[in-house]
Order: sequence, then structure tokens, then C-alpha cells
Amino acid sequence: MSEEFKVEIVNPEKSFLVKDDVSEVVVPAFEGEMGILKDHISIISFLKPGIIKILSKSGDENYYVEDGIVEFKNNNLSILTSTIFNLADMDKSKQQDLLKQAEEEANKTDINDQSKYLADQKVEVLKTLN
Amino acid sequence: MASLDDLKKRIASVKSTQKITKAMKMVAAAKLRRAQESAEKGRPYSEKMNNVILNLSNGISDKENAPKLLSGTGQEKTHLCVVMTSDRGLCGGFNSNIIKKAKSYFAKILDEGKELKIITVGSKGNDQLKRVYGDKIIENISFKESKNANYFDADKVGKMVIEKFEAGEFDVCTIFYNQFKNVITQIPQAQQIIPLNNEGEESSSEESYEFEPDEDEILSNLLPKNISTQIFKAMLENSASEQGSRMSAMDNATRNAGEMVDKLTIEYNRSRQAAITKELIEIISGAESL
Repeated sequence: MSEEFKVEIVNPEKSFLVKDDVSEVVVPAFEGEMGILKDHISIISFLKPGIIKILSKSGDENYYVEDGIVEFKNNNLSILTSTIFNLADMDKSKQQDLLKQAEEEANKTDINDQSKYLADQKVEVLKTLN
Repeated sequence: MASLDDLKKRIASVKSTQKITKAMKMVAAAKLRRAQESAEKGRPYSEKMNNVILNLSNGISDKENAPKLLSGTGQEKTHLCVVMTSDRGLCGGFNSNIIKKAKSYFAKILDEGKELKIITVGSKGNDQLKRVYGDKIIENISFKESKNANYFDADKVGKMVIEKFEAGEFDVCTIFYNQFKNVITQIPQAQQIIPLNNEGEESSSEESYEFEPDEDEILSNLLPKNISTQIFKAMLENSASEQGSRMSAMDNATRNAGEMVDKLTIEYNRSRQAAITKELIEIISGAESL
């Protein structure tokens, strides 16, 4: 199959995930969700809190990210992120913890508009997960 | 010559020191493996980050208006140095090597009549630097509580550096750390992180990118993250280096203690033999005189 490309997710501690039979990846880019297929034009963008969907032959996977950068080049998709969780491993209590944290952050008054927006996003995404 | 009793005591004390150094070596070896692993695992992230920034800065159309973190403030008057050392001693030349490198850099800066500001990370560096450069140290951070280097700590340092940069407190920022090559060799490094120094590195491709949103926005989002990432990388390298350095230092100490015990034992046996011989001579000559 030539419709597949490689995706690599790295976080500061380690290389989180490498997969090379991916047919489509949907990332929560800053200006809206973005689906990436093979032979997409080279692109750099950054992420807002949301869900990364990875569709591949060996099954679909969903990840929750809070921030990050995506780079797509020569059919290699690199995602750099500092906070990432596999939804399959995430149980309710973990979700609640994250949600609580995000809500606290969103309710702070001394933050600027951008971080307020990001915190709101987190709350929204986490709420839809429940 | 020391009395037999004294020698015995010394042998016992050297032996117990040897036990301690041996135990420290074992601990360092175990920790080293973990630290080395995380240093190696952390490399892809910082490399990728560097790559993206490289591609971005090559693609940037308006160099004049590039973010200050990338292009600098346009002058080089005030230098900020982040000296990263360990919180614990007994690790051979680990801290001294970093300090030596940093000091020669400091001297150069001051010779050129520029202003110097220092942030020390890790208490050992602070201890060594405050004697000479005490008035230059503006901040001292130590992560004694956290067991392993983690990104959260690095981010804290990074945010502080950026805050100070935005407040116009310095123009150039350099970090000092030990790069882990192998257990025996650690190379002290001085890495300039503000403004970003990409000279000599060729971009991997000439391809142009599509940016979403535009370059400026991505860059201004990415550059602060890169600072934290570079600091995190330095912390990882440092902790691997620290354990490696400690391991070889403790290995040497254990070996030296062993040699010392051997030497002292020989001396002990000799003087014991000499005492016996002396007593024998006394007895024999006493018997002869009868």
C-alpha cells in the first residue's frame, strides 16, 4: 500500500510512539482540526489542547495532548509535545484530575488571554471525554 | 615508626573508607544506567526541535522583524550565564570542569568590559562561584528535592530566563553543562541559547514549508519552548555525566584505598617481625651472659 506514511511522537523524556503504517492523522492544530494524509505539503504548525487521532491498518489510536508542534515533511510526521496521554490508558480518575487542574487554571484571573484560551480549551476537550 | 596499635587503627579506617567508596560506586553505576538511558531518550526531542527551528528560521522572510529571542537585541552588552552543576559532591572533576570553563568565559567577558550576570543551577556551582563572583550571581536554583531531572524543573528555569530577557536584563545567554560522552569522558560545554546560534549548521532541506498560523506566531510560540528544551537537555546530560564522573572517581578511590591497605599491611607485618626479632635478640643475649 502506498497510502501509508510514518508518524513519530516524541516528548522530552523519550520517543513516545513510532508507527509507519499510518493512513491518516487528525491533529488539533491551532487554527482548527487538521487531517493529514500521505503526500501532504510540508507544514509546520502548533497544537492546542485536543485529541490526536491516528488511523492505521493495525487499529485506530487516540491521544490527548495539551500542547505541541507538528512538522510534516517527506511523508514523515513528527509531533513534539510535552504532555500526551493515550486515551486507552486513561481512566476516569486521571481525566478528573486533569479536568480539575485545567479548571483551576481557567479560573485564575491573573493570566493573559492566550493562556486563558488554552485553559478553556483543555476544559472543553476533557469534558467531552467524560 | 608508628606503633603497631596505630598501624592497626589506620588499616581499619582505610578499610571502612574503602567500603563506603565501593558502595558509592555501585550506587552511581546503577543510577548512571538510568540517567544515561533518559539522556539518550531525550535527544530526539531536542534534535527535532532544533531541526524545526532551523527550518523555520531559514524560511523566515522578514529577518529584520524576527523575534528577539532568535535574532538578539542587536547588542551584546550584558551577558547572562546559566551554570549548571550538581547538588552533591564526591564526583571527581565534574563540577570543577564546568566551573573552570565558566570562569574562563567570565574573565573574557569582563575583560571586554561587558556586564556579567550569573544564574547557578545546583548548589555546588554556587558554592564555588560565590567566592569570586558573589556579586554577579543574581539567582541560585537547586533541585535537591527532585530525584531525577524532569521537564517541569527545566521549564521553570527556562521561564525565568525568558522573563529576564523580556525585561531587558540581558542580551546574550549562555548555558554551561557537561556533555556526557562516556563514563570516563565528559566534555564541559558552553552553549549559547539567546540569541539562537545556528551558524555552521546547514538546513536539511531547501524545501519550503507551509505555516499555520504564520511564521512569526509559530516562532514566538516555539522559541520559549526551545529554551526550556535546551535547558532540559543540559540537565539530562549533566545528570548522566555526574553519575559517570562519580562512578569513575569512586572506582579510583576504591583502588587507591586497596593499595594503601596493602602498603600499611606490609608495614604492619614488618614492624611486628622487627619487634619479635628484637625480643629474641634480647632473650638470647641475656641467656649468653649467664
